[in-house]
Amino acid sequence: MKIAIVDYKGGNVQSVLFALERLGVQATLTADHDVLRRADKVLFPGEGEAASAMKELRAQGLHELLPTLTQPFLGICLGMQLLGRHTQEGGAAGTDMLGILPFDVVRFQAAAPEHKVPHMGWNNLQALRSPLFEGLSAEDYVYFVHSYYAPVGSYTIAEAAYPAPFSAAVQHENFYAVQFHTEKSGPVGTRILENFLKL
Amino acid sequence: MLTKRIIPCLDVKDGRTVKGVRFEGLRDAGDPVALASRYAREGADELVFLDITATNQKRATLVALVRDVARELDIPFTVGGGIGTISDVEALLMNGADKVSINSAALARPELIEELAARFGSQCIVVAADARFNDADGWQVYTRAGTNNTGRDAVQWCREAADRGAGEILLTSMSNDGTKDGFALDITGAVSRAVTIPVIASGGAGSKQDFTNVFQQAQADAGLAASIFHFGEIGIRELKEHLRRDGIPMRL
Repeated sequence: MKIAIVDYKGGNVQSVLFALERLGVQATLTADHDVLRRADKVLFPGEGEAASAMKELRAQGLHELLPTLTQPFLGICLGMQLLGRHTQEGGAAGTDMLGILPFDVVRFQAAAPEHKVPHMGWNNLQALRSPLFEGLSAEDYVYFVHSYYAPVGSYTIAEAAYPAPFSAAVQHENFYAVQFHTEKSGPVGTRILENFLKL
Repeated sequence: MLTKRIIPCLDVKDGRTVKGVRFEGLRDAGDPVALASRYAREGADELVFLDITATNQKRATLVALVRDVARELDIPFTVGGGIGTISDVEALLMNGADKVSINSAALARPELIEELAARFGSQCIVVAADARFNDADGWQVYTRAGTNNTGRDAVQWCREAADRGAGEILLTSMSNDGTKDGFALDITGAVSRAVTIPVIASGGAGSKQDFTNVFQQAQADAGLAASIFHFGEIGIRELKEHLRRDGIPMRL
């Protein structure tokens, strides 16, 4: 199985590579359009800031390629948010994104000491509705670090609450994405990665 | 529901985990990679990995060790100790660290926090503040592994760090560190109420009740400890079960 990780200088890809390595899977880090098109699975991790990520995706023509991919695709953290239409992040006007899924990303409202931003730490998954979460329940926790979120909509396949429900995972056709760091979420995260590799 | 986090800290010197009392008198506490994986298995929510020799001896942080830890670990971890430049941070993140913690360099040049947050995102920038209490000045911030008093007020500095783009505060009470008399509830509560980013309480953990207190009375988001875990005095699972019985949200 050929696994490609989209290389757009989007942060900590090493953790994703190590997580796959622990599953006995080798992955290629690449921005090459042909390699991405031919891969059996594509992972799209991301950390950092949406505007600079979009700039890098545009510079490499990936903003046009990614929406055309047809194999199972997994966005992680910022890699999930970038699949939406627009985010409040990146200046007063925000940032236009890939538009593969019909959501707009907004910022959590901070309140000390109860609702700190970023939403950082382990939270449980609710309303699971996808083969991506086979074998998991609302007792299972995954690791989040983010200040912006996608609201719940018809595309939502898992929710978490902080304090109101938001999209912990989304899906449209072959495009799956999780807001949490599945590569850093212990045995639960490993199970989700395994489920993705089986899609 | 978001849980409170339990974070074992691995102070590393010359490639070994060590632990002292009030930043002095270091004892050997084992191989960091082996400890890291044991803690992950036992239910640690996160790990902090501090190269305590780096600032004084100007040693580069142990990138290779970070890589070994990252290869083993399926939970997040933070790396700190002697980090002063964008290229330091880049090397650590590229090798698998999830966050970096900066301390002396941020106090020497606070703009560094903004530069790192702009480049890598606030979520991976932890500002560590070592605070010590004295009757005349209250809680003040120290640098260079606790040897240098900056004369800065701890709450004001943490607020400034948050305003400049830190994603999290790691607040260590040097007055409590290694004593096992409990966390410094007053300064932890004051910082937690002063900032809208998460606060990790550190220094002084000696019992399970100490963690209950720091979460319930000082609104900490995470509790960090070293010696009680390294020397097997309190198991992580038994601690988390105790905290859950006390009504504190915990991942078990």
